[in-house]
Amino acid sequence: MAKTLFDKLWDAHVVTDLGDNNALLYVDRVFIHERTGSVALKSLQESGRTVRFPAHVFGTMDHIVDTLDGRGDSTLMPSGEDFIKAMREGCRWAGIKLFDVNDADQGIVHVISPEQGIVLPGLSLVCPDSHTCSQGAFGALAWGIGSTEAEHALATSTLRVTKPKQMRITVNGVLPDGLTAKDVILHIIGELGAAGGSGHAIEFCGPVIEAMDMEARMTLCNMGVELSAFTAVIAPDETAISFLEGKPYAPKGDAWDEAKSLWSSLRSDGNAIFDRDVIIDVSHLSETVTWGTSPEHAVEIGGLVPTADNTGCSVNHESISKALDYIGLESGIPIAGVPIDGAFIGSCTNGRLSDLRRAAAVLKGRHVAKGVKAICVPGSMKVKAEAEAEGLDQVFKDAGFEWRLPGCSMCFYAGGESFGTRERVISTTNRNFENRQGPKTRTHLASPATVAASAIKGCISSFHDLEDGMLDRKVAGGVG
Amino acid sequence: MTARSPGALANVEKFSVITAIAAPLMRVNIDTDIIIPSREMKRVSKKGLSNGLFAGWRYTDIDERVANPEFVLNHAAYLGTQIIIAGENFGCGSSREHAVWALVEYGIRAVIAPSFSAIFHSNCIQNGVLPVTLPADEVAALAKLAVGGSSGIFTIDLLAQHIIDPAGRTHTFEISPNHRQTLLDGLDPIDRTLTLKASIEDFEQNHYDGNTWAKLSENQP
Repeated sequence: MAKTLFDKLWDAHVVTDLGDNNALLYVDRVFIHERTGSVALKSLQESGRTVRFPAHVFGTMDHIVDTLDGRGDSTLMPSGEDFIKAMREGCRWAGIKLFDVNDADQGIVHVISPEQGIVLPGLSLVCPDSHTCSQGAFGALAWGIGSTEAEHALATSTLRVTKPKQMRITVNGVLPDGLTAKDVILHIIGELGAAGGSGHAIEFCGPVIEAMDMEARMTLCNMGVELSAFTAVIAPDETAISFLEGKPYAPKGDAWDEAKSLWSSLRSDGNAIFDRDVIIDVSHLSETVTWGTSPEHAVEIGGLVPTADNTGCSVNHESISKALDYIGLESGIPIAGVPIDGAFIGSCTNGRLSDLRRAAAVLKGRHVAKGVKAICVPGSMKVKAEAEAEGLDQVFKDAGFEWRLPGCSMCFYAGGESFGTRERVISTTNRNFENRQGPKTRTHLASPATVAASAIKGCISSFHDLEDGMLDRKVAGGVG
Repeated sequence: MTARSPGALANVEKFSVITAIAAPLMRVNIDTDIIIPSREMKRVSKKGLSNGLFAGWRYTDIDERVANPEFVLNHAAYLGTQIIIAGENFGCGSSREHAVWALVEYGIRAVIAPSFSAIFHSNCIQNGVLPVTLPADEVAALAKLAVGGSSGIFTIDLLAQHIIDPAGRTHTFEISPNHRQTLLDGLDPIDRTLTLKASIEDFEQNHYDGNTWAKLSENQP
């Protein structure tokens, strides 16, 4: 019977069929971070259990570490230090490799896992973090779980999982110059809704995906969870394989050759059946941002903030009018031109080198508008070092951006730093939820280039609105 | 070590039948940041979270904990609510299990919605909270009956897989037999899985014999 890529990944990890579409799945790798992993390790230890296969478990400090120079264990978030210390002690107790606060390879879990070659095509990988789906970009079965399930995975190397339905999203056409995976995924979420992938695993495919580099594919899969999907996957190809070759934890020598030959079979059979098929053409897409408090509140940069009256559904009506209320915008106004107070570039969605290069191409020789607090947080120490080697840090700093140390930073507010009450922020992150970036802080999601352009103009803006455009601009060593 | 009777989920209550009032929260995409803001997760613990439940909606001043009179759970009529009725995609967003721990600590035993995020749904099952999935129009009808709080008593019977609404009508619901059993028994999935230890070891041996590239030793690159 014809199989999808997801079927193949699933079948390769079934330890026992538990009936009724549930299976006990083998877990090849577990990644944990200090925010939820610390709780899982502590609970595991308190219940008298152990980590079954520590060599296959990795930890990082990303969620609540400070991103200011000279950081240590103490954090701006009250009690953050407790999480950091509990994580470090837990990892030591369990014998888990930890990418610690100031290690040369520390960073956001979904940035460093691929950098290190920890995620590989064909592996199953879980993390108590919803954006684990990012790593599905490599053709791995990677999905986010809760802390109790993390304990289960740590203690047994398995998880009890209900097999989701399957959905294929084919992205056709040619992505217009300057547009990125972020615009594509915001557009898709806007079209399908924040519950559009509910109950499904998504496979992204089509010429636009094939043409994307791995960092773009990760951005795309990252926001699979914002469709409420179980996870997202992309078939591994030469692009994925060459990305991973030589990475520290990737196989070497004969093992690499063996792996490569297996990975070439990791694709959906031509006649495989999906429960749902979505075809999207992006040839006429323009920069996409959000206006409201759900990623589904997406609008093209030339579009208008919607009205609550035309949805025909009372629940939606209520949700949209509450969203407008929170975000502090009038229905019917153009989204472009809305004044901003802050700009944030970073996160597991858009904190990789290519993201920083795109933003820097817009920022070079320009300065952020007066009164805009602008921050760039590289996704990892490695991204930071590579960006600095290209001189990108200087471009950001000259433009008036703060240049920070790696972490999740202001993607979410844990009681430490925020942009401030009712401040309006344009952000390369993944969630524009109420209070996500701070109490009453208003978040608009966008791509790195759009965030950079908006920071310069002081309002939500297309990079086309800058006087000499950005498409032909280059940064030393970088691409536009 | 915490006392934990073998097989039982620590601190997890079995779910069979509840009879309680329900609070309508009829918005779509109620995310886990709304259910428990990150700033409310102050300790390396599954406890001490109920005061932060729905903090952004529940308080007009979060720091001072000033109750928002508009928020449904702050109305006297909803005191003792054990059921939440919500719009689609409840629990979307962050994987934080603190959302479910906060609900449990507050006293919520069941959530009725047209759909749930996968991680939140799974977190519910792990913690003795019943996620009931019903068609949107049925959820909307139940939400109307829940308005007024204490005047409407709902019965949710997991064994029978039905809800009896305050008007006396019965609504049957589907749930995976595996999930149902976990909730009914309150059994710890880790203990259950550890009984399959031999199968796991057999699988692992074959899995890595056939995929030597996939096995690491001592976390060394």
